[in-house]
Amino acid sequence: MSEIHDLSVAQLSKALQTKELGAVEVAKHFLNRVEKDKLGSFLSHNPELTLRRALESQERIQQNQARPLEGVPIAHKDVFVTKDFPSTAGSKMLEGYRSSFDATVVDKFAQAGCVPLGKLNCDEFAMGSSNENSAYGPALNPWNAQAVPGGSSGGSAAAVSARLTPAATGTDTGGSIRQPASFCGITGIKPTYGRASRYGMIAYASSLDQAGPMAKDALDCALLLSAMCGPDLDRDSTSLDIVEEDYTKTLNQSIKGLKIGVPKEFFGSGLALEVKSALEEAQSVFKSLGAEFVPITLPKTELSIPVYYIIAPAEASSNLSRFDGVRYGHRAKEYNDLMQMYKKSRAEGFGAEVKKRIMTGAYVLSHGYYDAYYLQAQKIRRLIAEDFQAAFKECDLIMGPVAPTTAWGLGEKTADPLSSYLADIFTLPASLAGLPAMSVPCGMSKAAKPLPIGMQLIGNYVQESKLLNAAHQYQLQTQWHTMSPEMTGNLT
Amino acid sequence: MALQPEDIRRIAHLARLELKEEEGTRMLAQMNSFFEIVEQISAINTEGIVPLAHPAELLKEIELRLRQDTVSEFNEREAHQLSAPAVENGLFLVPRVVE
Repeated sequence: MSEIHDLSVAQLSKALQTKELGAVEVAKHFLNRVEKDKLGSFLSHNPELTLRRALESQERIQQNQARPLEGVPIAHKDVFVTKDFPSTAGSKMLEGYRSSFDATVVDKFAQAGCVPLGKLNCDEFAMGSSNENSAYGPALNPWNAQAVPGGSSGGSAAAVSARLTPAATGTDTGGSIRQPASFCGITGIKPTYGRASRYGMIAYASSLDQAGPMAKDALDCALLLSAMCGPDLDRDSTSLDIVEEDYTKTLNQSIKGLKIGVPKEFFGSGLALEVKSALEEAQSVFKSLGAEFVPITLPKTELSIPVYYIIAPAEASSNLSRFDGVRYGHRAKEYNDLMQMYKKSRAEGFGAEVKKRIMTGAYVLSHGYYDAYYLQAQKIRRLIAEDFQAAFKECDLIMGPVAPTTAWGLGEKTADPLSSYLADIFTLPASLAGLPAMSVPCGMSKAAKPLPIGMQLIGNYVQESKLLNAAHQYQLQTQWHTMSPEMTGNLT
Repeated sequence: MALQPEDIRRIAHLARLELKEEEGTRMLAQMNSFFEIVEQISAINTEGIVPLAHPAELLKEIELRLRQDTVSEFNEREAHQLSAPAVENGLFLVPRVVE
């Protein structure tokens, strides 16, 4: 049998249920890897708790009371609040913060039998595309430690890629699941907005934030997504009132006749050649499976950058106003009055990018600018969403790149943050429209230390099963998702 | 029209952030370069377009849901105040507001 850490969630789950492996043995194996990790992907772990939960799982399996994912380890992005681990959102503001409750998603995985391994690094309050905005230092890309893992769910992607955990949760506001999944060569899906509960997710931009799973392949994502989605009507006012689905049921359907749209705006001059050719190869795989490609257009693609970077900061400035140094979070040591306490606490607790987004948000919402910026952005947001509906009249799914390039070097975009905003161009449109979208490994760059390339699949509302079906059929024909950094000898 | 240093001071006050001089200068440069790419949105004709505040409304008509009027949350003051910076007798301590 393969090494425990090379097993997928599906394989692990089977080995656990058939008692070929014990839950405690599995948990110890991953904890051991987490403790030796040099990538900075974990922010906290608690072996005692993990082993206690693993033992409970083991007993349930022995008593034939196993739940769907009994004994499968999982680690959570640190924007999900947890009772058992600190919850920091990658910010100094929340250093050492202990939540009095678990996020719904965390709770659902616990109910499904998963064993929590710890909390994962991310850009501060999920604001960033490289994980370099974490107050606790960046996570590193397991394929090349000089490269970023992507962000904001960088720790999640790096940990799955480096085989420190078989599964992780992530959150995606403008691409924060898909882009790091692409940069680290793993599979990740952001479901339709409202499909997974936002309860207990530390809020960044509430009309965009959405949780999703990150794992080795589409089958694992289907298993995990089935466990984490579903209505949470009393706790999340935007939770969709649509019953849970078993996304594994349709994975094996044929995709013969599936119409895949290719937006011309996603294949312009900004796209790196090696990414473009990897996508073309992926297209031939889909064609060999009987899928058809249709040219489509998403004419407002470029506008999604200003629109997103107005709306998300506007919502962030409102959401992050709760950090006032009174009820929780950092409080400055010295101040003369309440106003100064607010200002100094926030100045000390937030990092540079977070401050800039709060400032941008406060500005676009302020008197005299609201209509020209915020309202205009919301109107264009509707046009972007309508463009997708027009496109879905011609096709079942949309395919394109996740990012214009492979992972960039550490520090490469620090001096010019705008360049990292521009690199979000292919993930922002689906986020603004609230559509489900995923990243699927589809190639490796030709660099001396090769870096993964991801393909993006976008579906119409609540058609996660169609995405996962297409991705799974693709992965049955390809090996990219099975590659790990250890194979290349880069992970030392 | 580009933002000026006094705009940064005004917005920082609105956002309750105390910015150091050099932080304000960097913020000004970065926000101005961002707003250069924002200007293109003013050229888009959005007459008669209803702002989209929420993507879910495209999928389903949004109903404002009401919870059952029953007790579902209990007082967990101690647990909630565990991470508070300053607490006394179950109250959050802040600097004197009223003389």
